[in-house]
Amino acid sequence: MPLVGAVVLGVATSLLVVAQAVLLGRVIAGAFPGGQDLGEVSGELWILVAVVGARALCAFGFETSGRLGARRVVGELRASLTAKMLETRPAGLRGQRAGELVTNAVQGLSSLEAYFARYLPQLVLAVVVPVVILIYVFPRDFAAGTILLVTLPIIPLFMILIGLAARTATERRWRTLSLLSAHFLDAVKGLQTLKANDRAQRQVETLRETGEQYRKQTMVTLRIAFLSSLVLELAAMMGTALVAAAVAIQLINGGLEFSTALAVLLLAPELYLPVRMVGQQFHASTDGLTAANECFEVLDTPTAVSVPAAPLPSPDPRIGPLLLENVSFAYEGRGEAVLEAIDLKLSPGEQLALVGPSGQGKSTVASLILRLLDPQSGRILCNGVDLLEVDPKEWRQHLAWVPQRPTLFSATLAENIRLGRPEADQSALLAACADAGLEQLIDSMPQGLETRLGEGQRTLSAGETQRVALARAFLRDAPLVILDEPTAHLDAESSAAIGEAIARLSQSRSVLLIVHRPALAAAADRIVTLREGLIVDRQAQR
Amino acid sequence: MSAAPAPAPKLDRWGALIRAARLVSPRRGQLILSIALGAGAILAAVGLLAVAGVLISKAALRPEILTLTIFTVGVRALAIARALLRYGERLVSHDLAFRVLADLRVRFFERLIPLVPEGLRGIRSGDVLSRFVGDVDTLQDLYLRALGPPLIGILAIALLAGAVAIVLPAGALVLVVAMLIAGLLLPALAARAGRRSGLREAPARAQLSAELVELVSGAAELAVYGREQQWAERIEAADSKLAATERPGAWISGVTSGAGVAIGGAAMIAVAAIGVQATAAGQLDGVLLAGIVFLTIGAFEAVVGLPDAAQRLTACAQAAARLEGVTEAPIPVSDPPAPIPVPSDGSLSFEDVSVRFEGREQAALSCVSAALAPGSRIALVGASGAGKTTLASCAVRFLDPSSGRVTLGGVDIRELSQDALRSAVRLVSQEAYLFTTTIAQNVRLAAPEASDEQITAALSRAGLGAWIASLPEGIETLVGEEGTEVSGGQRGRIALARGLIAPSQIVILDEPTANLDAAGARELLSAIGSERSDRRAMMVITHTVDGLEEFDEIIVLEAGAVVERGTWGDLIAAKGALARLSAAA
Repeated sequence: MPLVGAVVLGVATSLLVVAQAVLLGRVIAGAFPGGQDLGEVSGELWILVAVVGARALCAFGFETSGRLGARRVVGELRASLTAKMLETRPAGLRGQRAGELVTNAVQGLSSLEAYFARYLPQLVLAVVVPVVILIYVFPRDFAAGTILLVTLPIIPLFMILIGLAARTATERRWRTLSLLSAHFLDAVKGLQTLKANDRAQRQVETLRETGEQYRKQTMVTLRIAFLSSLVLELAAMMGTALVAAAVAIQLINGGLEFSTALAVLLLAPELYLPVRMVGQQFHASTDGLTAANECFEVLDTPTAVSVPAAPLPSPDPRIGPLLLENVSFAYEGRGEAVLEAIDLKLSPGEQLALVGPSGQGKSTVASLILRLLDPQSGRILCNGVDLLEVDPKEWRQHLAWVPQRPTLFSATLAENIRLGRPEADQSALLAACADAGLEQLIDSMPQGLETRLGEGQRTLSAGETQRVALARAFLRDAPLVILDEPTAHLDAESSAAIGEAIARLSQSRSVLLIVHRPALAAAADRIVTLREGLIVDRQAQR
Repeated sequence: MSAAPAPAPKLDRWGALIRAARLVSPRRGQLILSIALGAGAILAAVGLLAVAGVLISKAALRPEILTLTIFTVGVRALAIARALLRYGERLVSHDLAFRVLADLRVRFFERLIPLVPEGLRGIRSGDVLSRFVGDVDTLQDLYLRALGPPLIGILAIALLAGAVAIVLPAGALVLVVAMLIAGLLLPALAARAGRRSGLREAPARAQLSAELVELVSGAAELAVYGREQQWAERIEAADSKLAATERPGAWISGVTSGAGVAIGGAAMIAVAAIGVQATAAGQLDGVLLAGIVFLTIGAFEAVVGLPDAAQRLTACAQAAARLEGVTEAPIPVSDPPAPIPVPSDGSLSFEDVSVRFEGREQAALSCVSAALAPGSRIALVGASGAGKTTLASCAVRFLDPSSGRVTLGGVDIRELSQDALRSAVRLVSQEAYLFTTTIAQNVRLAAPEASDEQITAALSRAGLGAWIASLPEGIETLVGEEGTEVSGGQRGRIALARGLIAPSQIVILDEPTANLDAAGARELLSAIGSERSDRRAMMVITHTVDGLEEFDEIIVLEAGAVVERGTWGDLIAAKGALARLSAAA
């Protein structure tokens, strides 16, 4: 727990602050009015050196342990987020874009790190330091202690009282700035269009006017919002000034030793400092909390797929048919159902083509069979077993899938293909490559199968990517293969070549082929047409 | 992949910074005011401590209480002054920040105007423009956060050291040296120590992001193939690598923080020792001893902002250099010294227009001629890269021909002002941009005076009538950020509506059918060809040819040269290039 360390070091720091003030008071009082020379106060000065050294060590420990501890917390959160994304992302997580998720897991958590590393430790200091100082001051000078005790709460009080207003103002300022920035970006990106419409010069005026207008509006709110910090500043400064006056009167009355008076005066600003620093970390706190909220929102996302507590053994699609019975599905937040009570049967070894215009629910059928989504009503059965009763992981072992846009991971080509079956030996790997028609590509690569793909490396064309995904499926050697628009993004020539590979893959396997153009479904045993979530046509081909 | 502009040479960075600083020099008065207020706030706080020290030192001699009144009033006055000065500084500096930002935006936008689009060839990608905007935003920090703190710090240090020097010269020396170490040397050493791990941190962070992007986009495949565990471990490894690069930073900032405390403490002890010695020797009035030591403790507030300022200064210099990298491109076309008025009713003629881009062997256009008479319809067809868009760019002087000329009503368009020309000849570009505002405002861009009825009519003619009618807010519907909330086809048609509503003699539509299906494309082109209600001339650039039957002339371009021209009937009968394009569709 990094907070325990912060408390221990905070207490040590507070004690050292008091010790330093006391020692410095003695040195000064010794020389004036005490009349001692440097030699006579050298003892205190050396202890002072030791105290400063210890304070420096505490400061070092406070900062380093705070940051390292915060980093550990962030590492753990990042791992949880990753696990959660692996669990929920396959279902699509509509409404949450991929970019946002990644930004959240990288930059978002970094600002959470600042929250743990800076804001929380500062909060600890803001509690510990004033308590220790007040314990020293009160028995020695009641009046000064009272002044400190009365003025100190003004700071957090005003932070809370005006905090809301200040927060609104700060947020408003940031919103204004990002709005102006977005407006400028819009104008810059659209400059060619503006120029073609003879509006570029006008836009200069608009930029000037909006800038000026927002400046005026924002300054009005800032003028009020900054009043809060004016009050805080005034409380801390007036507190010190009043303590000076109070100890002066005590000195004149003879109720206080000069060295103690010096120590009390020295401690006054030290008392306010950590409390004021908390206010300065305002952004770290709000950014951190926003990041934390976003993070927990992701962590709280319900899983799209239910896993039974006591799963039945997975049925084998080689033995019995796959049946969709009365299956309906609607994505959350989009009113209309994508699939409405559809029935579908895929017998062992059958080639079934699912056709229809794009956006009609074909890929959703694939996701349901892959157990990436659960149907809202109806059942999906294989060999008579409801797939909801089966562990999805076990069921998926019988499946191979070539998605519309396969993902290539930054790894070697071989590792990318082995995704289908990591334990496959080299000869199986080469056979899969041959079946998928990858040989030519492998020959053209500098290190053959061991060439790395991804950032800064050779990028593969859409057709090559499809072949890699097909090779995965070949290597997988699964009895049920789902092909989702395998040729949608390819030119005619590549489509034909991929078609041959698909024909090879389809031999002795059950295949669900999803295409939007009926022409591509020619080789299938049966064609089922899906339109607006309904099955509108079934035809047997052979 | 976007082509990143080459990083500016290191020497030029600071030159660029100075030139950028000059851009906003009219705000100098306000800057000086904010610096004075900032230094005043520091001096008031330090002065408060020093005067309080003197106050209780005098009180220790137990004088008449009234003799201390001036000091007790003084500390309170300084307390109030501190709070007010700080408030004033914040107001002035924030106001300045808004003004500077607006100035910078206007200045850099003005510089960008003559460059777009041809002057930014190659660096026109969205990334570069986003960074351009980001860099302008970075520069707003120049005065406030980069130059302000050091100037405030220098002023405050000079005044404080000067005050100490009057009574304790050696103490002043210690104070200045300690503040320089704490404010300059220590941050510089920390920056140097952190540079190596900092250099490794960015790639490690990028690596983690890249792995996460892959995970998010490939999650379904990982699930289907049962590889979740393996990928979780991959992310963990990438995160550990990132943590390892961040660790030195944690140690360095710990050491910096400890060293800062040590330097402040050392200065305090040294000044105390020097002061004690001077008091004992009778060189320093003992009443002042406490005040000077207190002043030393408080003085370090002056250097607190310096490390951050140094970082921002570097960031500003880099931003300024990158901005110059964009804006220093040669201006492709310029206005004539004495532009002549646009002929009121004329035809647009391309006369032997050739365009050759630097560094390319093949000419983008070679000797292309065409004439667009009032009321006529011409189609320019060809595969992408044939030079169609280049010809259109010549018509509105986004680009000047390398040889040949373009005339409007017989006048070389280089004799006209660019603004007037673009008013008369309206280009609706392939990359038409939708601004983050309403559909109506986006269309009105082309005709600021247009009424709502006219806009609705133009949208209907562009084929969006039914869609607009189905929207609850009609033409007042927002199109989303950069038009992301409308489909590609709708975007193209909104742009088309701009061309239709524009009060121009000549309209050039570049690929109006780009996002339409075959039937939609055909319908649109037929409508343009057949509808001749006014004297307006139209040239349509297209790669789909169905629907061009009614056009007066079809010009087929291949590799920058005209390969055939004529009416639909003639060209189809000739069984040439157009016939092939038509058959392929």
